[in-house]
Amino acid sequence: MSSYIEGIIMLSGINLIAVLGLSLLTGFAGLFSFGHAGFMAIGAYSAAICTTILKLPFAVGIAAGGATAAGASWLIGRATLKLKGDYFCIATLGFGEAIRLILDNFQGLGGARGWPGIPPSTTIWNILILDVIGVALLANLVRSRHGRNMIAVREEELAAQVAGIDVFKYKMLALVVSAAYAGVAGSLLAHYMTFIQPKMFSMVKSTELTIIVIFGGLGSISGSVLGAVVLTFLPELLRAVDKWRLVVYGLAVIGIMIGRPRGLMGGFELTPASLRRHFADRKEAKAAKAAQVAEDAELGKDGL
Amino acid sequence: MSDILQVRGLTKRFGGLAAVSEVDFSVREGGIAGLIGPNGAGKTTIFNLITGVYKVTAGAVTFEGKDITDTEPYKIADIGITRTFQNIRLFKNLTVFDNVLTACHASAGYGLFDSLVRTPRFRREEKVLRDKSIELLSILGLADRKDAIANGLPYGLQRRLEITRALALDPRLLLLDEPAAGMNPDETEQLMRLIADIRDRFKLSVLVIEHHMDLVMRLCEHIVVLNFGQKLADGTPDAIRGDKCVIEAYLGGGDE
Repeated sequence: MSSYIEGIIMLSGINLIAVLGLSLLTGFAGLFSFGHAGFMAIGAYSAAICTTILKLPFAVGIAAGGATAAGASWLIGRATLKLKGDYFCIATLGFGEAIRLILDNFQGLGGARGWPGIPPSTTIWNILILDVIGVALLANLVRSRHGRNMIAVREEELAAQVAGIDVFKYKMLALVVSAAYAGVAGSLLAHYMTFIQPKMFSMVKSTELTIIVIFGGLGSISGSVLGAVVLTFLPELLRAVDKWRLVVYGLAVIGIMIGRPRGLMGGFELTPASLRRHFADRKEAKAAKAAQVAEDAELGKDGL
Repeated sequence: MSDILQVRGLTKRFGGLAAVSEVDFSVREGGIAGLIGPNGAGKTTIFNLITGVYKVTAGAVTFEGKDITDTEPYKIADIGITRTFQNIRLFKNLTVFDNVLTACHASAGYGLFDSLVRTPRFRREEKVLRDKSIELLSILGLADRKDAIANGLPYGLQRRLEITRALALDPRLLLLDEPAAGMNPDETEQLMRLIADIRDRFKLSVLVIEHHMDLVMRLCEHIVVLNFGQKLADGTPDAIRGDKCVIEAYLGGGDE
């Protein structure tokens, strides 16, 4: 495998972890965030501190990256989760930018010039393993009572409350888990690039993650996986059209949203069971149609 | 039998407007009580005050002898009260089964870790929740629709599903906000039998807001009449039917 292809696979694997987290928050709990790059930044810098300054093992760095991002999200959640819909979204946007500006101005960690010399510990294998674990944990979570309660909050907040669901608690749970995912993704990114800079975690990055989640389909984990892979590969495939590639990328996203407003996989999961059901339905429809044709022929014979 | 719910001096003011003022009434344990009154009389506001959706301005709500005034809405369900809404509020994009399964959550105690790694405890308790949901759906006659999306159900069945979801929380008091709204006489008749059935089968008490006088008079053992946020009368259906104030409020004017 050429190192170029391997690089893109690694990047899409890292993106996938951040996207999975955001998918929980936006697709399942119904909260939009435009500040997830901020959590990635917190994860990246915390992990880099652990491995580069404290000389701790990479695994500890990843864990620390996830934990600090989760901790930060808890503080932000305490302050902003009581806000309704759009206001929460704007608060996250402000948070993301604030983190970037703080890092820009904090010379101890390289400031705006960035921080080189982080060990290249991220390999394609630890990304793929974390991807699998990430998907499995998320799939288990959304199919448990905790996940169902988050979905209920998304569907109808007042009814959820009356059904005994602590809306604030479940929004917080979704936010903290999703920030932990973003933190892990940030840690992996730092040790893949070996260089981090606040600019990498700007609002553009947050928006990219949100676009992937919506593109893949809200409320679908398999959609998020597909979205992360397709939208990380697409700009690379489009290198042929040079400076038009971001325009084509934008058009592709708009095209999908017009053709499939609920995203690639909106509300549908790709599992063996769902595939079997899909094919069974198609077979049934075919059989019904054949029966209809046979019946029509029968009626025709009687001269009706 | 004692009273399961007592409302004393309940008052709610929105700015200068008193939506509910000084209302007293109680619901007997195992009874079916009705809350009636013209539009804007404050019936739904009273439901919102009991379930903590609105903050009480003055007065107290007591459930099974405990003061529950201004309890958070999500805790009200744990205490043993659930409700339905005037404009149906289902989890619209979920299946009928998932609507009920979600509401069953309080019957399980497994934690986040159990969910993430699917421990034996998770499997055991999930099975109980699923069985319970199926059982409830069968009792309420929705079992054959369990995989339908809630939003696509006919109106009458959506109402029924909302009641099923409320029952999934094992309430001891069920508040129904205009359950027969938009139903034809046939459906209303069925609903009436359903409510009486539920009360007997699940051993609970019911407080119902309703405009169909026929339904209220035949179903309820006790009726509270509201007008402009104040209690007008309180008594058995027969007493209410003969009450002068009530006739005046509903039919306007008197002795002409």
